[in-house]
Amino acid sequence: MLFYLFAGAAVAGALLVVSQRNPVYSVLALIGSFFGLSGLYVLLEAPFVAVVQIIIYAGAIMVLFLFVVMLLNVPREDAAEWDRAHPLYRPMAVRIGGVLALLLALELGWALSRTAGLGGGVADEHPAVSSVAELGRVLFTDYMFAFEVTSILIIVAMVGAVVLAKKEK
Amino acid sequence: MADIITWVTSPTFIAYATLIGVVFMALQISAAVMVYAERKVAAFMQQRVGPTLVGPKGLLQPVADIVKLFFKEELRPKAADALLFTMAPIISVTTAFLAFGPVPFGAATTFFGLLPEPMALMIADVNVAVLVIFAVASMGVYGIVLAGWASNSKYSLLGGLRSSAQMISYELAYGMSLATVVMFAGSMSLREIVDLQQGYWFGFIPKWYIFIQPIAFFVFACAGIAETNRAPFDFPEAEQELVAGYHTEYSSMRFAMFFMAEYINMVTVSAVAVNLFLGGWHGPFIPPEYGWIWFLIKLAFLLFCYLWLRWTLPRFRYDQLMSFGWKVLLPLATVNLLLTAAGVLYFGL
Amino acid sequence: MSIGHYLVLSGLLFSIGAAGVFLRRNLITLLLSVEIMLNAVNLAFVAFGRQLGTVDGQIITFFVMTVAAAEAAVGLALVIGLFRHRESLNPEAFTSLKW
Repeated sequence: MLFYLFAGAAVAGALLVVSQRNPVYSVLALIGSFFGLSGLYVLLEAPFVAVVQIIIYAGAIMVLFLFVVMLLNVPREDAAEWDRAHPLYRPMAVRIGGVLALLLALELGWALSRTAGLGGGVADEHPAVSSVAELGRVLFTDYMFAFEVTSILIIVAMVGAVVLAKKEK
Repeated sequence: MADIITWVTSPTFIAYATLIGVVFMALQISAAVMVYAERKVAAFMQQRVGPTLVGPKGLLQPVADIVKLFFKEELRPKAADALLFTMAPIISVTTAFLAFGPVPFGAATTFFGLLPEPMALMIADVNVAVLVIFAVASMGVYGIVLAGWASNSKYSLLGGLRSSAQMISYELAYGMSLATVVMFAGSMSLREIVDLQQGYWFGFIPKWYIFIQPIAFFVFACAGIAETNRAPFDFPEAEQELVAGYHTEYSSMRFAMFFMAEYINMVTVSAVAVNLFLGGWHGPFIPPEYGWIWFLIKLAFLLFCYLWLRWTLPRFRYDQLMSFGWKVLLPLATVNLLLTAAGVLYFGL
Repeated sequence: MSIGHYLVLSGLLFSIGAAGVFLRRNLITLLLSVEIMLNAVNLAFVAFGRQLGTVDGQIITFFVMTVAAAEAAVGLALVIGLFRHRESLNPEAFTSLKW
């Protein structure tokens, strides 16, 4: 039951992001979606990832987005001219995209109904090994190289962001 | 249905619900007490007397303040974004209350044998408690940012942006000092960190982390004071005296919510500092069942230090504040982290 | 909850994000939709990690989050630069290289 609650929050947040005209509301809806995802991570027995998701995504990246939105005073987006048209008279891209989405949904439903016994629940395969100590151990032994490269990536991104956003003198 | 009823009326559930209610009311009362204490302490430090008219020795002053705030007119600027304007104080207060969830304030107790098994005096015994507190603190930025934006006035926006920039800058040093303590203790659960601080060296020096990690405590204290926007780091708020701050356009109960959120954040930061550095609820002369008394004493001392700092030190200018956070506190916290890591690995501290 | 539920949710979020990238005409909302897609992928990683009983799923999630943070920072810096240049956040305003 909790799964449906958190999944509903995640999907509702994502839909609101894509449909809102005011960018501040989009950012807040995405934060709500992140809370739903964080709950799902807790259900998947990954509490560290759940909390890190809140700290990094909802707490830092979204604040960055909000700052940029406020700095640029982003106006409300105006609706596309075809938004008010009947679905059958919208541009070709939208019509084909809609048909493809419908086909995808049908195929997904068919595939899921055929694989009913897909390996049981997620929770009873193996015992949980996701303690923070275990994560740290694997991160610093098996994924050491990726860790170091990521740190260089972050430094590059930091310097790049500062340089790109500076005002021209 | 029947087993839900038996679960709801079991002593464990009743004790738990009572605990939640007690903590909730205690946080609100502590905000009111802090209002009074701040004015009295400020007065005595400035060689005057402070509020004395309302009630004996002015003790009913916070009640008078709350009643006044209740009856003020609720204003909302017309151009303000209605949804965000209302949501911002709600976010501030919610994160302030939520942050106290994982904080333990007493040893496991059975309430004089009423419970079948001892229950820890905390609301949520999470095993990543330190991180949860950090996460909720980083969500508290949103209340301020949205308040600044939703008020739709230049001064509010600038005050809100400055205040939130300060908060996220000091979050880094906050996190580093938390990481240092966690590395030293080997656990992220606050209850375990407190339990590791039992005992004494040489019979009389308590094994608190403040004696082993004084730099981490200094960094944590500075970052905590900056996180709660208190003096001497309260430039974005003191703009209110000069020009305006993020809560200019707020009146009556919404302003009261911001105020309450600030005081409850202070209490939470002090409570976390007591648990991480000052040994939590351990202390001499009192049996461990009543450890929360020691917790309250240490908490009161730290809150007094907060007030002491506010009325003694002049405030930092905004650029001094930011440069202190990035150029002094963050390198200090990082070097401390490296030294602790080396110590733990090589000397097995 | 079987793994199928988590995968369907991940696919759904990914397609909502992709729809946002294609349909929105505001650069910032575009970046937000990209973040939704990255989160959908994170969910799939953690679900599979739990299914197989390893922590590798969560480790990869950290790297994805870190890269997403770096990409958001640089992307937003670019958006600021573009806005200063053209005073508009509509991707259709930056089509001067289109033929």
